[in-house]
Amino acid sequence: MKFTKTFDKALWVFHLNSGSCNGCDIEIVAAITPRYDVERFGIKLVGSPRHADVLLFTGPVTRKMKSRVLRVYHQTPDPKVVMVIGNCGSTTGVFYDSYAIEGPIDTLLPKDAHIIYVNGCPVRPENIINGVKEAWLHLEKLRGDNR
Amino acid sequence: MNSDNTYEVPIGPIHPALKEPFLIKFKIDGERIVGAEAHPGMNHRGIEFMGMHRNPYKVIPLSERICGICSIVHQHMYVTAVEHAAGIEPTNRARYIRVIMAELERIHSHVLWAGVAAHEIGFDTHLHFTWMIREKVMDLLEYITGNRVNYAMWTFGGVNRDIPKRMYPKIEATLKYYEELYGKLEEIFLGDPSIRLRTIGVGVLTKEDALRLCGVGPTVRASGVRKDVRIDQPYAAYGDLDLEYQLPSLYGYGDTGDIFSKTLVRLKELVQSIDIIRQCLDQMPDESINSEPKMAATLNKLKKADGEGIGRIEAPRGEAFHYVRLKGGKEELDCWKVRASTYNNLATYAPMFMGEQIADIPIIAACIDPCIGCMDRAEIVDVNTGKRREYHHEELHRLSVKKTRDLLGGVER
Repeated sequence: MKFTKTFDKALWVFHLNSGSCNGCDIEIVAAITPRYDVERFGIKLVGSPRHADVLLFTGPVTRKMKSRVLRVYHQTPDPKVVMVIGNCGSTTGVFYDSYAIEGPIDTLLPKDAHIIYVNGCPVRPENIINGVKEAWLHLEKLRGDNR
Repeated sequence: MNSDNTYEVPIGPIHPALKEPFLIKFKIDGERIVGAEAHPGMNHRGIEFMGMHRNPYKVIPLSERICGICSIVHQHMYVTAVEHAAGIEPTNRARYIRVIMAELERIHSHVLWAGVAAHEIGFDTHLHFTWMIREKVMDLLEYITGNRVNYAMWTFGGVNRDIPKRMYPKIEATLKYYEELYGKLEEIFLGDPSIRLRTIGVGVLTKEDALRLCGVGPTVRASGVRKDVRIDQPYAAYGDLDLEYQLPSLYGYGDTGDIFSKTLVRLKELVQSIDIIRQCLDQMPDESINSEPKMAATLNKLKKADGEGIGRIEAPRGEAFHYVRLKGGKEELDCWKVRASTYNNLATYAPMFMGEQIADIPIIAACIDPCIGCMDRAEIVDVNTGKRREYHHEELHRLSVKKTRDLLGGVER
């Protein structure tokens, strides 16, 4: 992969679970721990959306989480990319026909949100790393456009 | 600030210490916790509702996705419950394969927990170490089933994939790997002085409280309660196997119910799981893996079946339970109820948190190995402890019924 000239910093991600089954969340942690170790590329989980470049988003949005998801999205500074991890995030997956599901996430976010879909149920850590790479390139393009 | 000089500190639903959405409101007086109030429901997806509108086969993948860490547990219970209701008998070989898978999952779950617990008290090196060794059992699970999580192994009357002889060497190698590493794990989690300082005498659950609050699994076995479904009511092939209650007193420690003994119980169960898998590999009979190989025929049988069934198994977090009712002539499930182990163990939070420091919140919260994905089902309990007030089962039940009604009130069915 080739980085554009605007590449300037490491990528920080914030993880947000909106009612997923834990499968993808555990795989995200697995991607950080020694076998896959994405921290060596400077990709780091942060504790606040205000520090993040990328939102790692899992789960079909449950009714109680909807307002919180949107709040976190708006707290993240621009330019930002949303990475939807897992099938239930992008299409709600097996969780269809339920009264408690408000998702998928792309129907709730503003129309100009930048979304990258990473598929799998659950997503493999390799695929998450690939998704972060895609997000990285996307973010660089956004930064480049803004300059 | 409240009128009685206490502060309220909310933890969650989105919080760096939580990997799942969950909200606990703590009442703080100085540095002491004087009240804890749990607000579940953030992860409520209406799974039972969805299950009651699908045919029994379609519910198997759904039941797996109740929780990604206990996917085997929920499949196992659901399939057992339907088999019970419809009078289907799984083959003996399938019973053994089910036990092997369940115990592999127990290994992965307990190693994962050890890492999370270490992380909560600030030992990130141990988190990385335990998660590194966990990858080995994930590899094995992937080798057997083809996926790292959500294995799609269970089906009515047996299992989908066999564990043939050629897989034995790799299984044995993995078990050996854990056996060799066990000494190191014990040294880290039971011998390290700074970990001992954070765990001994912290988050104590007395035997009386454990019994009164109906806790389950390692959480109460650490308090000396002899409770394990694998022994009390054997399912799958556990009746043929040799296993024992893992209590701290078995190894010369006191049944104190603090975080140290909970860690000890989980580590000892790791060794026990290795032993159980070895016994299964030795005793596994040679026969077909599925007594109902034709899916369409089984579906027809389930459609005609009339009756109710239960699946009750020992998950890594403790006893869990599924109830299924089938009605003759109806393709969908007539009723499906899930009760996961965290649901019981959440009540044990109240005596464990009382009087502890704010800094101990994360490790105490982690010590029951909470699994919110499992717990947030159709029925929701509001645990309102107030100021050192004891709550009773009736009160919990009343709150629970009220909340369910409130929830359903806004829903068109």
